[in-house]
Amino acid sequence: MVTKATNFGRNGVSDWILQRASAVILAAYTVFVIGYLLLNDVDAAMWQGLFASLPMQIFSILAVLAFVAHAWIGMWTVVTDYVKPIRVRYAAIMAIALILFAYLVWGVAVVFGN
Amino acid sequence: MAMTQDRPVNLDLKTIRFPIMAISSIIHRVTGVIMFLGAFVVMALLGTSLDGPEGFASALEAMDNPIVAFCLWGFVSVLGYHFVAGIKHLAMDLGHFETLESAPKAAQFTLVAGAVIVVLAGIWVW
Repeated sequence: MVTKATNFGRNGVSDWILQRASAVILAAYTVFVIGYLLLNDVDAAMWQGLFASLPMQIFSILAVLAFVAHAWIGMWTVVTDYVKPIRVRYAAIMAIALILFAYLVWGVAVVFGN
Repeated sequence: MAMTQDRPVNLDLKTIRFPIMAISSIIHRVTGVIMFLGAFVVMALLGTSLDGPEGFASALEAMDNPIVAFCLWGFVSVLGYHFVAGIKHLAMDLGHFETLESAPKAAQFTLVAGAVIVVLAGIWVW
């Protein structure tokens, strides 16, 4: 089995499954949010009321977590395929991890910050 | 090692082309990387839009800025392509579009659907 210390799920099969599970969550979230914006004439109260509701907060945090996992696996794959010098590759993976951690905290702050 | 010396060699770059499946796959990757970076703009806009009535108003105002509007159009377009290509990928996981006839057709469909989404996203944003 392929195992790498820097990938998300510590082995290829776990990454393969996580990438698909997170893709389905992100697809559902995308369809819901874009559908909501297209079907409603959204004003401030309606928009903020939606994101203040518990189901939407759960859905949003799920989407943030799915985004972090999906982006990690995707960016890891791209960096591992195209960046060959090992120091540069690890520096890039570290930077990606740091940015994704920032997205995670920021996403939680946006969802619960109002 | 014994090798046939008269094997054909093609170094004419004008005649070497990626198969359409490779093109649709590379765009899937590129659009993913763009969203990794572009999520910054979307997250900032979402955060502002949820920050009270003034925040919502200033998010709408920000979207009138041509640069923000362009970023948003870009993000929605890229998301749309990535979405279609992702569904193709899931279908391929189930064993579809793997033959010499069906694979290029699915890639073609993905590229055309992506182009349509780019136009629709533009109409939506402006």
